[in-house]
Amino acid sequence: MSERTDYLDLDTKDETFLDATELVLNMGPQHPSTHGVLRVILKLDGEKVLGTECVIGYLHRGVEKIAENRTYAMFNPYVDRMDYVAAVSNGLGYCEAVEKLLNVEAPPRAQYIRVILTELCRIASHQVWLGTHALDIGAITPLFYCFRDREEVLKIFEKYCGARLTTHAFRIGGCIYEAYEGFEQDCKKFCDAFLPKLDEYEELLTTNRIWVERTKGVGILNPEDCIALGVTGPVLRASGVKWDLRKAQPYESYKDFDFEIPTGLNGDTYDRYLVRIEEMRQAVRIIRQAVDGLPQGPIMAKVPKVIKPPVGEVYHSIEAPKGELGYFIVSDASTQPYRIRVRPPSFVNLQALDKMVRGLLVADVVAVIGTLDIVLGEVDR
Amino acid sequence: MPEETKGTDPVSPEPSSPAGAPVASGEGAGSGAKASAETSPSSAAPTVPAPSAPAAKAEAPSAAKPAGPVKPAAATTAAKPAEPAKPAAAPATGEKPAPAAAKPAAPAAKPAPKPEGPKPEPWEADLITRLRSQYGSGIKEASTYVGQKYLVVDSSIVYEILLHMRHDELFDYCVDITAVHYPKREAQFDIVYILYSFHHNQRVRVKTQIKDGEHLRTAVEIWETANWLEREVFDMFGIEFDGHPDLKRILLPDGWKGHPLRKDYPILQQDQEWVRINLGIESGQ
Repeated sequence: MSERTDYLDLDTKDETFLDATELVLNMGPQHPSTHGVLRVILKLDGEKVLGTECVIGYLHRGVEKIAENRTYAMFNPYVDRMDYVAAVSNGLGYCEAVEKLLNVEAPPRAQYIRVILTELCRIASHQVWLGTHALDIGAITPLFYCFRDREEVLKIFEKYCGARLTTHAFRIGGCIYEAYEGFEQDCKKFCDAFLPKLDEYEELLTTNRIWVERTKGVGILNPEDCIALGVTGPVLRASGVKWDLRKAQPYESYKDFDFEIPTGLNGDTYDRYLVRIEEMRQAVRIIRQAVDGLPQGPIMAKVPKVIKPPVGEVYHSIEAPKGELGYFIVSDASTQPYRIRVRPPSFVNLQALDKMVRGLLVADVVAVIGTLDIVLGEVDR
Repeated sequence: MPEETKGTDPVSPEPSSPAGAPVASGEGAGSGAKASAETSPSSAAPTVPAPSAPAAKAEAPSAAKPAGPVKPAAATTAAKPAEPAKPAAAPATGEKPAPAAAKPAAPAAKPAPKPEGPKPEPWEADLITRLRSQYGSGIKEASTYVGQKYLVVDSSIVYEILLHMRHDELFDYCVDITAVHYPKREAQFDIVYILYSFHHNQRVRVKTQIKDGEHLRTAVEIWETANWLEREVFDMFGIEFDGHPDLKRILLPDGWKGHPLRKDYPILQQDQEWVRINLGIESGQ
């Protein structure tokens, strides 16, 4: 026994699993709190996160390649399958980009209908976010409340265009469906009923001690980091940057409406929650104004049957529920786009995850993924 | 003078334009094609008796078709003076020389079958004068197209331009980095940087062209967001960025062969070997 001294040598580092100070943990791709098939490799020191790496692409369908092999009109339904909880916004961005390429503009009535549906869609998207995000953190009731109320939005979509989720509601040049009988009343009824429901969500969470403890000061992003990382949407606004494409570069008829851009102060998970809640209120405001001011007239601009934009390229972006959703389209004057590039907000925002979770605990990673509001269909395309 | 054999169908005059047109339009040298497109309607219009000038696109090939084989001699002689010099005098010259004048115009109209499309216009701004004074001929083009501004710069100075745009012109937000593949061009790839300035509320696209296999310097040091965006460009096009901290595939699996958004990669192609080994099936289709 006396000749063995090595096990007493405390200076040499023992590389066995239990004594290692650094632990690599694999989260996902089949993990309920990653909101799809996202795999996060966590480097941990005990409970503390030292670094992360995202592995994405599990849902990659080659949407941009498909676009090059479809006509402009044929590709329109595909965009709904990217951010599938906000399909209407995707369609709006795509149709507008092609309209820009064709140099046409949707008639006023179509623009108003588009705004109404897009804002309804923003509410629906935020409801999915709130329900799942709260569920991740441990509050199960908001999920049922949100999905119950989202049903009303989906009913309006269904009555309008026959589909609930992947709506394909808009066409290049305007809308194909006229607002159905009672559309305005349905929207108004939804708005009236929804605001008290929103207060109900807030009652459950805003001052809830567990919620506040889990979200305040978690995943802080300062404005400089946000801009350097290209983060947009509510995540950027929660950091105090008052920037919304609906105001900065108004598209459709957004300049006709009076609404506020909510911003946060601290850029933490709690502020992002407040910003999104307030965004839903503002969306209701926009819907009410748009329904009241809904003009009469045609809903489709003069667009040729066969869409053949002239040679050229455009980039057009809109404020989707998750951030700046852009389409870069290159046309070679044929019926099929030469190249379509989608600038997905979720993909770019997800890149901020690493910066946000460093130094936090494993449980906070779940909160931060939820607060980024990613949809893997859009990240992977 | 090229033969007018293909343009027999007045509705779709140019079947090969999908391949030809983007090559001309995407690069700085495309101004030659644009110039010819501008001249063609004016020289083709006189062939039509009087007021149907807007229909020149549809009329020109059909008018040229009978003229070609019937009067080859007259066509060649008339072609030389019928350059864009006298578009106004031509209508009065009568029936016979007029179709001949249309003949050189018709092939010229082929690369741009949509003469009504908007044209890029030169973009004049302080920013451009500053850039031109600093980089001279490195700025190949500064234009606006349907109100959107873009720069075409030489690939050797694109990093300096981006640095300048970030720090001196305050384009602090890199919206997107992407590429477009033009396989028939010598410099096969367009790299497009879409930039936005919160200070000026302005969006600018910086484009550059590189050959296959050529590398660019990474923009990660300028904008952190370039990390994943460049990885995606690498994944989809195989363009490498020097100095990138972690250049590897992002959407496709690491061992995948091929870069799907290249034009020579057919839509149904897949890495059969990867599918067999990793998924245990013969084909994923």
